[in-house]
This record gives sequence, structure tokens and C-alpha cells, in this order.
Amino acid sequence: MTGAPAPEGRRSEALKERYIVDGDDFQAAGSASSAMKKLLRSLGVPPEAIRRAAICMYEGEINMVIHANGGEAEVAFDGETITMTLADSGPGIPDPELALREGWSTATDAIRDLGFGAGMGLPNMKRNSDEMTIDSTAGQGTTITMTVRV
Amino acid sequence: MTVQSLAETLKLTVLCGGADALSREVTGGYCGDLLSWVMGRAPQNGVWITIMSNINVAAVAGLADIACVVLAEGVGPDAPLLERAAGENIPLLQSPEPAFTLAGRIFNALR
Repeated sequence: MTGAPAPEGRRSEALKERYIVDGDDFQAAGSASSAMKKLLRSLGVPPEAIRRAAICMYEGEINMVIHANGGEAEVAFDGETITMTLADSGPGIPDPELALREGWSTATDAIRDLGFGAGMGLPNMKRNSDEMTIDSTAGQGTTITMTVRV
Repeated sequence: MTVQSLAETLKLTVLCGGADALSREVTGGYCGDLLSWVMGRAPQNGVWITIMSNINVAAVAGLADIACVVLAEGVGPDAPLLERAAGENIPLLQSPEPAFTLAGRIFNALR
């Protein structure tokens, strides 16, 4: 179930939530971001910080759908910082520096026809977060952690 | 200028959008069909002119806090887009005019 909190992952802390991102489902892509947005709004996070976090999360979700057959997203908020962790078991990013270059994309034409694959995903995530780390191993997957300070 | 008055001034067809969403102030705009590009650059409370008509348009518009989407060139929304935009109360407007003309007219209307 895309965007819904992972049943096994539901935590007791109010400020941490996990979402499953379905692979290959462009109809549902963005549901984790939407759920996170609602959560942050309910916590009284300022709109500009929510917008930045939502952009980061959406781009991450789309990347997981396009490249990694889905994955998991976790959001934590400690009152000052929104931390998003997106983990997948996809092919990995061989050259993160290259992938961070605007316009660089390995998406297919079919993906581009949907309006994605402009090579702006990772650059948008970098620009809208205060910190971003990419931990990727070829053939094993990628974990991206982003923080947005409120 | 509100979404409603923009629609009236430019004779845009309102496909969906509740009264509260249509009364939102528009303060700028953006043109584009590449979703990540729009996501990264469209201003908050802006009007977004596009010919992209799939469901992901609603996701981007909602997440980037866009005030309304204008589908140019007479492009109609896919059924899932219309449904999601209506569900999330994102005004979806439509015009037979090309994006270039629309952008010029909207730019002038917002000045």
C-alpha cells in the first residue's frame, strides 16, 4: 500500500513515521510526500520548511519509483529539524557527483513522456535540503538522508 | 489577484476547485512540462501553465504549493488528474491558447 505507514514500521513516537514507496506506480507516487506534508502541518511546522521537505521527499520517491522498484521512506521531526531517510534496494548510483549535475538522467523515454527524467531530482533534493548524504553501493541500493531545518 | 478573478479576466475554464481554493491569491507564475523542473523552480502561490495532463501534475502542484494549474492548448486532464486535483482542492483551469500567449496575458494581468 503506497504512502501508507508500513504496518511493521509504525513507531510509538509521535514524531517519526515510515512509508512504503511502491515501485513502478506513478499513479500513487507522491503519496508519502503528501502524508508527510499533512503530518508536518499538523505539528505546526512553518509552510516554507514543509514545502522544502515535500520537494525533497517527492523527488526521492520518484527516484525510487523510476530507478529502484520502490523502497522505504522515514520522516523524523525533533522540533527543529526534519530528517528524511529514503532507502532502496535498487541498482545504486555509480557516480553520485555526476548524478547531482542538473540535466543528468538515466531515465527512459517512457519516463520522460510522463514529465519525469529531467535530471533535476537529486539537484532539487540538494537545493531544498540543508544537508544531504548519499550512501550508495552498486548492485545493493541507495540510502539518501536529507535534513531541513525549521 | 485571486485564481477566480484570473479565470474570469482571461476567460479560463474552471475544471475544478472549491470556493476557498479559487479565492487564493496568485502572486507569480511558471511555465513548464518537466515536473522536477517545475517542482524546483515554480514559486509558491504561483499559476503553473503546462500541457502535461497526467496525475503527477496534481502531486507536484500540491507539494509545491502552487495556487492553480492552467492547461494550455486546449489540453484536457486525464480522468485521474481531474479526480486527484478535485480531491486535493487544487484549481485546474483550461484554455485553448498556447502557453506563450497565456504566459504573456497572465504576466500582464498580475502586474
